[in-house]
Amino acid sequence: MHDTHDTHGDCGCDGDEAEPSAATGEGAVADGGTAAAPDSDAATDGGTATETGGDFEPVDVFEGSEMDLRPGADSCYKCTSCDTSCPVAEVDDSFPGPKFQGPEQWRLKRKEDTEVDDSITGCSNCMRCDSACPSDVPLSQMHNTARGEYVDNQMDKLSREYLRNRILANYGTLAGIGSKVPRLTNAIMGNSLVQKVNEKLLGITAERDFPEFADQTFRSWWKQRGGPKVESEDKRIAYFHGDYANYNTVEVAKALVRVYEAFGYEILVPDQRCSGTPMFANGMLDDARRSAAVNVENLGDAVEQGYDVVASCTSCSMALRQEYPELFDFEGTERVAANTYDALEYLLINENVIDPIRAVDGDQLDLPDFAYHAPCHSRNQGLDRQAVELFRHLDGVNVEDVGDSCSGISGTYGWKEEKYDYSMEIGEEMFEHMEHAEGETGMTECPTCSMQMEHGTGYEIDHPLQVLEAALVDTDVEI
Amino acid sequence: MAIEADVVVVGGGLAGATAALSAARDGAHVHLISANESTLRQASGLIDALGYPNPDGDDADDAGTDAAPGPLADPFAGIDDLPADHPYRIVGADALRAGLALFDDAVGDLYRGGHTDRNALVATTSGRAKPTARYPRSMAPGLVSDDRATLLVGFEAATDFDAPLAADRLAAVGVPFDVDGVTVEFPGEYRADAAVTRLAHALERDEDAGEGRTSRQRLADRVRPHLGDAERVGFPAMLGDSQVEAVRADLSERLGAEVFEIPTGPPSLPGIRLADRLFDALDEAGVSMTTGTPVVDHETDGDGDIVRVYIDRNGAEIPYRADAYVLATGGLVGKGVDSDRDGPVEAVFGCHVPAPDDRMAWSEEGAFADHAFARFGVEPDDRLRPVGSDGSPEFGNLFAAGGVVGGADVAREKSASGVSLATGLVAGRSAAEEG
Ligand SMILES: Cc1cc2nc3c(=O)[nH]c(=O)nc-3n(C[C@H](O)[C@H](O)[C@H](O)COP(=O)(O)OP(=O)(O)OC[C@H]3O[C@@H](n4cnc5c(N)ncnc54)[C@H](O)[C@@H]3O)c2cc1C
Ligand code: SF4
Ligand code: SF4
Repeated sequence: MHDTHDTHGDCGCDGDEAEPSAATGEGAVADGGTAAAPDSDAATDGGTATETGGDFEPVDVFEGSEMDLRPGADSCYKCTSCDTSCPVAEVDDSFPGPKFQGPEQWRLKRKEDTEVDDSITGCSNCMRCDSACPSDVPLSQMHNTARGEYVDNQMDKLSREYLRNRILANYGTLAGIGSKVPRLTNAIMGNSLVQKVNEKLLGITAERDFPEFADQTFRSWWKQRGGPKVESEDKRIAYFHGDYANYNTVEVAKALVRVYEAFGYEILVPDQRCSGTPMFANGMLDDARRSAAVNVENLGDAVEQGYDVVASCTSCSMALRQEYPELFDFEGTERVAANTYDALEYLLINENVIDPIRAVDGDQLDLPDFAYHAPCHSRNQGLDRQAVELFRHLDGVNVEDVGDSCSGISGTYGWKEEKYDYSMEIGEEMFEHMEHAEGETGMTECPTCSMQMEHGTGYEIDHPLQVLEAALVDTDVEI
Repeated sequence: MAIEADVVVVGGGLAGATAALSAARDGAHVHLISANESTLRQASGLIDALGYPNPDGDDADDAGTDAAPGPLADPFAGIDDLPADHPYRIVGADALRAGLALFDDAVGDLYRGGHTDRNALVATTSGRAKPTARYPRSMAPGLVSDDRATLLVGFEAATDFDAPLAADRLAAVGVPFDVDGVTVEFPGEYRADAAVTRLAHALERDEDAGEGRTSRQRLADRVRPHLGDAERVGFPAMLGDSQVEAVRADLSERLGAEVFEIPTGPPSLPGIRLADRLFDALDEAGVSMTTGTPVVDHETDGDGDIVRVYIDRNGAEIPYRADAYVLATGGLVGKGVDSDRDGPVEAVFGCHVPAPDDRMAWSEEGAFADHAFARFGVEPDDRLRPVGSDGSPEFGNLFAAGGVVGGADVAREKSASGVSLATGLVAGRSAAEEG
């Protein structure tokens, strides 16, 4: 009922670009064919309203006084806590660390007209420095802004690196196309020759296996099933699935639907675009702005109608809650941020989840023990403990926290040929802890962390929502 | 609805962690909320109980060097000399003893000093001897009471430790051993301003440091020529992270001298190790934890009890409900006490903080003088409930611990951690009773 619009065709964020779009331009055709289909219908999507006269007014990130980060820079007292917690600085000798990227660089920039240091491209946008800073210096906002400025002003738009980053950042575009012929795409992308070509031509590491596309996207499943099965006046959520749960880990999105419906929620699946996380991380702020505009408008409408926004990916919820208000000023940005939650978090606040979990006989369930990794973006929201603490109440299933190290992949970071080794070195501690943990199945909320966990250990990885589904939906426990 | 617990602890420093452990051991389900990653990650890792109960003179440089009235050999012996409104006087020496015992139990073999009531003297990076009640095991061979000849080693990269200067100072204080200092280059090629964690990581993993030698091998090679008669060698506390004991053992063997760590300023690996260990203990005790999210608001009922607190999670306000609450947000530095035009005020619940009306009287001259502001904090009753200006509890179910409690000048007394342990223990216990 609410959702009649399948987004596959219209998520090409770049269709209106004057310059050749990374994902559709000539250079990309060589990457094994996934981007070969021109997304000519992209210009009809809602995300380009700045140009086509929509009613939101994005504020320019770099001009004007809004983005004067000087006051933030001034509150830095150089304690270096941020440097201590930066996983990249710990392994990459060429990376000067968040204190330099953030307050020092901003102070320099305000004094003289210096250009952004190119080391900013070394930052993986894990945002760990943010939560480490005792003085609330807006580090990740500074990094995001500097990265955007760097890409805009200093990066060669025809360079291989730019092209590669653009492709990685706009994963949803590729996915939208690839998922139309999932089996073919899986076959092509799984081909090692194609991977070698990707590495040679584009600098996308051949070490990693491309995530497989599901046979059916979540949105098409949702449409086919006829939308929500539960109606409710007062328990309503708008689900932000993001690209990954739509195209790849569709079972996570389905688990969310089943769990939330079991708790009596009416679910809306609004039209949406990529949350923007990979775009922020690559300094593609124009792309991110276009996505954000669509998301803020559609989610804002939902909030208006009494829905709370719920995301199953912690980087998505992070983007909506923190990065949007820090970087954009669309009408309703703050309102969407204040009404957005992580899927598990929202249930824990609003429902009694613990008693039903306690009532389940875990030994009867066909569930393994788990090695749980908290994604940096869940840690940053203070959500790093919720899964272990919840599943403590599930008898017979052991969920063990494998420690606070970053998984190392950080979205697109670990896909870059030149970062791959660092990415694995950062992840090493997590891999070791996983091997030592009792469980031989992994658990995490983040799709790319999940890739890295699988890549480093060979374990299968589940989302907490899938465990909740198994415990609460697939049993006859009373909710 | 809200997230439910018996006790909510606000603050993730030493006081908050102690209160949470203490309440959990008394059977309460505890939720600990901290605005930032634990401040322990910056702390030296030393656990001071009481070094100078009533120091005269305001020259910090003399502290720890001359006899009277400190450093105290026995911190418990100094408690009666403290002012009546000092937190130690309110909770009593037994609370300090119990707090230290709780700490010993939680940290296990990571720490030393629990075998005696007496203070140990630990050499600091500035070449002073600091009286402390508990110290990391990695620092144990470096105690000043030990008379083995000592070499201190600093790194060119880590500029805040000048080993030759520290050695001179220690010698000047009259320590009972020969001491020398040398500065060497950190082995391997790292950027000049590499993070300490980067260097610690290199030592822990024993990375390739060029010329076919590893970082530990090359470090030992560089130190060996300076050894002389030294039987022990002190490095700044960056000898690995979680595997510090393995790194120390390896270096000790290579050098034929016992290797130890010297506490440094932030960021501090001993502080990080301590935070990790305490949080593991909290986890084992079943404490729920939320970090990175400040408490920004609260709600009371008709009786003046707190019914809910709200945390700010990137824009969304999330309610937490408990029967009792512990306030452990630190002092002026830890952001627990704010100051505005009208004077100091407790930052989260707005509790009364007594202060002289005359702002001029807030501070004296000299960094370590008897400043009124250093003692700023909430005024507790005997159960550690903050009281208002009329002397009655601000809330029926709020208990305070650590730096937010007034009456102690912890920097001057060298009592910061002890005050946090003693008051944390009592506040946690009182809160659990309420829950
Ligand atoms: C650099 C440094 C060196 C130190 N060296 C020593 C030493 O050598 N010996 C020694 O004995 N002690 C030392 N300490 C002191 C010791 O570690 C503790 O800081 C002290 O005992 C006070 O502890 P506390 O828990 O009361 O406060 P803090 O450690 O200040 O912790 C306060 C906590 O409250 C949190 N908080 C504040 N506001 C809110 C809010 N609104 N919502 C949620 N959380 C909030 C903060 O994030 C923080 O985690 C040192 C501390 C530092 C920082
Ligand atoms: S966001 Fe992550 S990688 Fe980037 S500077 Fe901060 S801690 Fe380092
Ligand atoms: S943690 Fe914050 S205050 Fe400390 S150096 Fe980094 S930015 Fe500055």
